[in-house]
Formats: sequence, C-alpha cells, structure tokens
Amino acid sequence: MAERLPPLPVAAGPVIRCDDVMRSYRMGDALVQAVRGITLEIGRGEFAAITGPSGCGKSTLLHLLGAVDVPSSGRVQVNGRDTASLNDHEATAFRLRHIGFVFQRFYLMPTLSALENVELPMAEAGVPKPVRRARAAELLGYVGLGGRRTHRPTQLSGGEQQRVAIARALANEPALLLADEPTGELDASTGEKLLELFGQLHRDGTTLLFVTHDHVVAQAAQRVIRLRDGRVHEDTGAVPSVRR
Amino acid sequence: MPMFGVFTSMRGTLALATLRRHPARTALAVVGIAVAAALLLDMVMLSTGMSTSFRSLMLTRGYQLRLAPKGTLPFDSEATIDSAGAIVAALRANPDIKAVSPSLGTTLTLLDQSIPSTFTLGLESDVQGDYVLEQGTDMPMVANDGAVLPVVVSRMFLSRTGKRLGDTMTVAAGADAQLRSMARARTVVLVGEGRFFYVPNETPVMALPLESVRGLLGSAFHDRMSLAMAEVRRGDSASVEATRAWIARTQPRVNAISTETAIRQVEERLSYFRQLAFVLGAISLGIGFLLVATLITLSVNERRGEIAVLRAIGTSRGGVLRQVFLEGFLLSGAGIAGGLLLGIVTARWLNGILSDFPGLPASFDFFVWTPAAAWRALALLLVSGSLAGLLPAWRAAVIPIARALREEAIG
Repeated sequence: MAERLPPLPVAAGPVIRCDDVMRSYRMGDALVQAVRGITLEIGRGEFAAITGPSGCGKSTLLHLLGAVDVPSSGRVQVNGRDTASLNDHEATAFRLRHIGFVFQRFYLMPTLSALENVELPMAEAGVPKPVRRARAAELLGYVGLGGRRTHRPTQLSGGEQQRVAIARALANEPALLLADEPTGELDASTGEKLLELFGQLHRDGTTLLFVTHDHVVAQAAQRVIRLRDGRVHEDTGAVPSVRR
Repeated sequence: MPMFGVFTSMRGTLALATLRRHPARTALAVVGIAVAAALLLDMVMLSTGMSTSFRSLMLTRGYQLRLAPKGTLPFDSEATIDSAGAIVAALRANPDIKAVSPSLGTTLTLLDQSIPSTFTLGLESDVQGDYVLEQGTDMPMVANDGAVLPVVVSRMFLSRTGKRLGDTMTVAAGADAQLRSMARARTVVLVGEGRFFYVPNETPVMALPLESVRGLLGSAFHDRMSLAMAEVRRGDSASVEATRAWIARTQPRVNAISTETAIRQVEERLSYFRQLAFVLGAISLGIGFLLVATLITLSVNERRGEIAVLRAIGTSRGGVLRQVFLEGFLLSGAGIAGGLLLGIVTARWLNGILSDFPGLPASFDFFVWTPAAAWRALALLLVSGSLAGLLPAWRAAVIPIARALREEAIG
C-alpha cells in the first residue's frame, strides 16, 4: 500500500454500540417512527448484514451508525464516540476518518474519473496529491479496476461503479464500512462478485455492515440482524472470535 | 482549514467539471453574463467617456482658459471682440500666462469651386490650438500681402473640393449681392492638411494667418477676434482660477471661462446620460446576479443527493460552500471575459454611429476606454456574480444529509 494516513486511535470495545435508539422524522404531515428502540453491538472485524422488509428502518439505522443522522432518543456510539455529541464540523471529520460509505446507487461524482472519485475523500482529509493519487490507484487495483482509472462513471458498468465506490469508501482506511443495499442495482452475477469482494475486505480486517432487503444476499455476512417495524426481530448473534 | 491548496485543486476540478456537465446550459449562462457585462462596460464607457473626451478635447493643446465676447457662448463664430490686439497684448504681458492664441472665425467664398464657401479660421500658426498638421507644411505666421497665401485645410475640404495639396484657388469675402462682386479676394495654395479639433467632421475648414483673414474681411475686422485661448504657466486649478479672475477684472469686454468650468457645465448637461447609464448599468448588474443565482440554484437543486453524498463521505459544509461558490465565480469570470471583448466591440461600433452625428467635433468620442472605471465595473460584476452563488451555496452546505439521502432513495 502507498503511504498511509496516520493510524486512528482504536477505542476499546465494539465498533458500534446502540442503546435503545429511536429515530422518528416527519414526512409530509406524517410522523414516521423509523427506529423504535434498537440495542445492539457490532464488534471490530465483524461482517454483519441488517435485513428486513422495505420501510423497517434499515437505512435510517445505517444513517445513524454513519453519523449522518442523530437519534431522537437513545445513544449511538461509533468507535467509542457518541455521535449525538458531535457538532457538524466534528461529525464531518469523524465520518471522513472513521466511516466509509457505499450507497445503493453508487453516487460517484459523474464528472470525475474513477481515480479522482477515489481521491476525493483523501483530498478532503488533506492528503498530498501524489500520495493520494498513488493510494487511489492502489485501491482501484485492489477492487479489480486497475485498468479503468481514467474512466468516468458513465463509462463503467454498475458493478464497476460499485467497486469504485468501495475503493472510495476505503480511501481513508476507516474503522467501519457501511453499505446501503450495495447489490440493489446489480444483476445477480455482479452482486455475487461484489459480495466476494466484501468477503475479501472482511478477511483483510475491515469491519463491514451492510443493509439489504434480500435474505439471500444477507447470508453472505457472518451475522444477520433482521429488523421489523423499527425493532430488532432476530439477530444471529455476534461471532465469538470477534474482539468486543 | 487543512491543506487549503489541495482542497482548492480538487474543488476547482469538481467545479469546472460540474459546469461542463450541462455544456449548453452553461454556455447560455456565460453568454447571458457576457451580454450583461458588455452592457455594463458600455454604460461605464458612455458615462465617463463623454466627459473624458470633452476634457481631452478642451486640453488638447494645453490651453486652460477661453475668452469669448461677453454675452456669447464659446465657439459662437458670429460674435467677435474688438480691440483684440490690446487684450491679447495685456494677456501676453502677464507673467502668469504662458501663451495666448487668438482666432477669428468666418465663412469665405470659394470662387469657381465645387463648394461655394468654407468655414475659415484666422490663426497665429505658432500658438494656434485648433488643429494638428497631418501632412504637408504649416501655414506661415504672417503672410506677405499680394503673394499666394499658404493655407492648411481639413480632409473634408480636400474631399469636397476635389483638390490636392499644392493646388491653388481663390477665396473671397465681402460679397455684394447687387453688384455680383466680391470686395476682396486672395489666391491661396493648399500647403497642409490638418485635423481640426473643434470643427465637425462634415464641415470643410481652412486655416489662414489671422492677419490675412482680417484683411479679407475688411477694415471693420482689422482688430477683431472671435475667441482667444490662454495657457496658464502653472497648470494647477488655483492658478488657472486666479488668472481667470484677473482677466474678468481687467477685461470687462470678454467672458473668461476655465476648462474646468466648461467641463463642469458640460457634465451638468450630461447628467441625464450618466443617470441613464447608471440605471442601465445597475440593470445589467442585476441581470448578471440573477443569471448566476438561477443557474447555481438549479444546479444545486439537481444535485441534492450528490451533495448529501459528498457530505456523508466527509466533505465539510465549508467545502460544499466553497465548491458551489467557486462554480458561481467561474461562471461569472467566463462571462466577464467574454463581456469585455463584446463590450469593446459594441462600444466601437456605437461610437462610430454616434460620432457621425452632424455638428460634433471630430475629436469627440462617446465611448472612451477608461481602464480604472472599466476594471472597477467588471470587478463589481464579478463580485456580484460570485455573491449570487452564495445563497445557493449556503443552501447546499446545510442540506440535511439523512433526509436528502432518503429523498434520493425514494426518488
């Protein structure tokens, strides 16, 4: 790997700890109770899937864990930090260094090349251009897109775009990788290959949590947390080998 | 803010790429801003140009004071001042006055020519401030009686008479309609072509030695002049004003006016143009502002999800603000660069049309490039355009990330 960012302080305990987390929001005139008291822990190095039917609160929970949203009540701790205690500036810096996001619709910057898209979080973190360029190239190689650096998102297939998004999410070596329906826009075969990549990431030590409504896809994870009506309905449980 | 330079580099790439995403829309906005910038520039050139041009015209040869017959306006060639010799001598005796240029304007008849008459200026060639010689030789200071008289004429004179330098003709004055005769006539030779500052382009003009014109006009004019210009040795406005006051005190038959006063009077008369230019300039500023604000707002609204993702992956509010602001800045900058070119071209075109209006001095311009005023106006438009991007930039920066991502997922 190219020159690394300064290593993050590793907090003791699980990467994620949720205590009776609730989140409601207004949608038009209606008050939506998306998350209704979730308590769970995700250990370091764990590979977990959150699954459940549409509208059960999966994405809302992911946003809470990713510090892009704060709970209406309860507490979310990521890497030992209470996300509700962070102001906007701190939350941004926290996301930049601690969390990597992968979205269902990839959300690459359409006007930038694959390489520039991967560079983006590193540029935000102040990594010098030569360093970030080398690391971005390395990450694209890692996700199997070494030969597609200069391609723009529109010149890439859905699977390739999602791989670029994963490389972007890994750019600042986050403690936690969150993915929202990462295979949702991909065909079955491409989705399988992506899940293999997730498996590889997990084996390389990344803590992974992804949201999916597809039970089959969820089976790729070590641990499956099923939500229903904003609550944990079933949890296959933490993996014993995972450091908590 | 860490590594602002790195931020700027990626920010610039993103901003440029965003503008290139919709090339037709961006191009239209740039053209719109360019038109607004051109209009603003032209209005600035018009509002400052006429007075600058008038000042330049008045000070072409450095004369700061003009003496006209009392009760008339300067350049009224029909009115004359008698005992001109005494007045000029008194002025020349004043050590504060460096030079005095008397002139006598009249109309002389051209015998057997394609035009019947010409406007004529009687001048002293060594101190004259009415023309600059463009080709040929200058007329003499004093002409010998009876000899062929060398004269300087305008290009329009040559064009209208079909004559060339070196040709001769007869000029006459004192027409007697009953007798069908001229009282006095002289043969002149066209020795020089001059550019006359104060005479309209379309008027043929001839310059002769002052004494020769007086001689042609007869004894009634032997000591008369239409106008005199004086150059004060120390050119500061206090000295000019002191000299003007001295002339007003000692020469009751003339009305002395300083260039500054004349310019002030002209500027008062031009205030309507300035107001009009100000209003049109303000409108063009407003158009530029609205164009940038509209385009950036549209762009931000389209990119809510994209901006939310940027925020989610770690772009700060300040970063989003700077990027969107930069888009407005780049858009305004490109429009202004185009507007500068367009403004100069249209100003030249309009100046050509307006300068052809009859009765205007050849050296008078309506649109004058005054760098300081032009750059100030364009800088104002750049600031205005950039500020126009601020509100949408702020709206982009404060997009609630989770809600925008949710809406994007639903959409």
